Amino acid sequence: MAYCDRCGEPGSHAACVAARELEPPRYCPDCRRRMKVQVVPTGWTATCVEHGERRG
Amino acid sequence: MPEILDRARARVLDDGAGLDESDILAVLRLPDEDLPDLLQLAHDVRMKWCGPEVEVEGIVSLKTGGCPEDCHFCSQSGLFASPVRSVWLDIPSLVEAAKQTAATGATEFCIVAAVRGPDKRLMDQMRAGVKAIKEAVDIQVAASLGMLSQEQVDELAAMGVHRYNHNLETCKSYFPSVVTTHSWEERWSTLTMVRESGMEVCCGGILGMGETLEQRAEFAAQLAELDPHEVPLNFLTPRPGTPFGDRPVVEGKDALRAIAAFRLALPRAILRYAGGREITLGDLGTREGLLGGINAMIVGNYLTTLGRPATADLELLADLKMPVKSLSATF
Ligand code: SF4
Ligand SMILES: [Zn+2]
Ligand SMILES: [Zn+2]
Repeated sequence: MAYCDRCGEPGSHAACVAARELEPPRYCPDCRRRMKVQVVPTGWTATCVEHGERRG
Repeated sequence: MPEILDRARARVLDDGAGLDESDILAVLRLPDEDLPDLLQLAHDVRMKWCGPEVEVEGIVSLKTGGCPEDCHFCSQSGLFASPVRSVWLDIPSLVEAAKQTAATGATEFCIVAAVRGPDKRLMDQMRAGVKAIKEAVDIQVAASLGMLSQEQVDELAAMGVHRYNHNLETCKSYFPSVVTTHSWEERWSTLTMVRESGMEVCCGGILGMGETLEQRAEFAAQLAELDPHEVPLNFLTPRPGTPFGDRPVVEGKDALRAIAAFRLALPRAILRYAGGREITLGDLGTREGLLGGINAMIVGNYLTTLGRPATADLELLADLKMPVKSLSATF
């Protein structure tokens, strides 16, 4: 992963990894674009125009 | 036992009347060593005036992000550098979310939109969405779409929306430090129209936004004056990019004191765990709150953040021997 999927900065950050337990990703880890994120009661989808959809 | 707890026992437990503002403040100021007695009293009040059932709800965001308002806690305001992008949920996904919610045993499904108030597109989506849910799923539909006109209130009631959420968020005196794009009074007026329409009123807020204990007591007293059917209690989870993004989270014991104080202010209300309990209270604190005045919870994920799996909460309720309120019990 080139970019942190929580804050969009390069690399991986311990605080962001911890926060991600209760948050969906916001930034595409491949290109750092902000993704369109939909949270539903049992999961989430996050979509980058360039790199497609991720689910959790 | 401190005198305030004796007074609260007589007034709230025995007589079913809520505490007034100065007594709520006295409760919020109780030292840690009195917390177990306070929680026990709040639990006794909940059991006597509400019963052992717990109302379970799921929520979903129909329209996320891009909101023109400036609520300083909110990652969905379009005015802050928040990473949350605008997105709409389609109707099939909305119905699927309602099905997943019903499968947990929940009786409430709340459809939420990040808006100042609904426009025609949102009302059209609501009409189609509520109809589709009612055809496919056995669950009560609630909504939270911001400030409403009288026409919109009437329309939502006609759609069969049974409860409307509109949070005052904080007390009147602190509100201008939280929101500047609309007033506390504007929110109050929507709540008044909702009440008169016959829809149930759901109104709560967020603790830990910088309000003082006096203002927390003021808020509980103002909610008691409104007398809503349900009060969702959130604890601030500071969101990146928002004006409150660097605020500290509420201490667990302060959160428990607040839960008990709100129960003593609102003995008959459905007092619901909403956002922030995972961080503020953790698993142990969540359990303590359910034994200290809480009688409802949102299960599963929130609007832009995630909760713990519904199964974990349902196991906790089973362990506490608190039955999940059934649909037949809600009429
Ligand atoms: S009105 Fe609602 S969605 Fe908009 S900024 Fe305020 S809390 Fe967020
Ligand atoms: Zn990061
Ligand atoms: Zn990408």
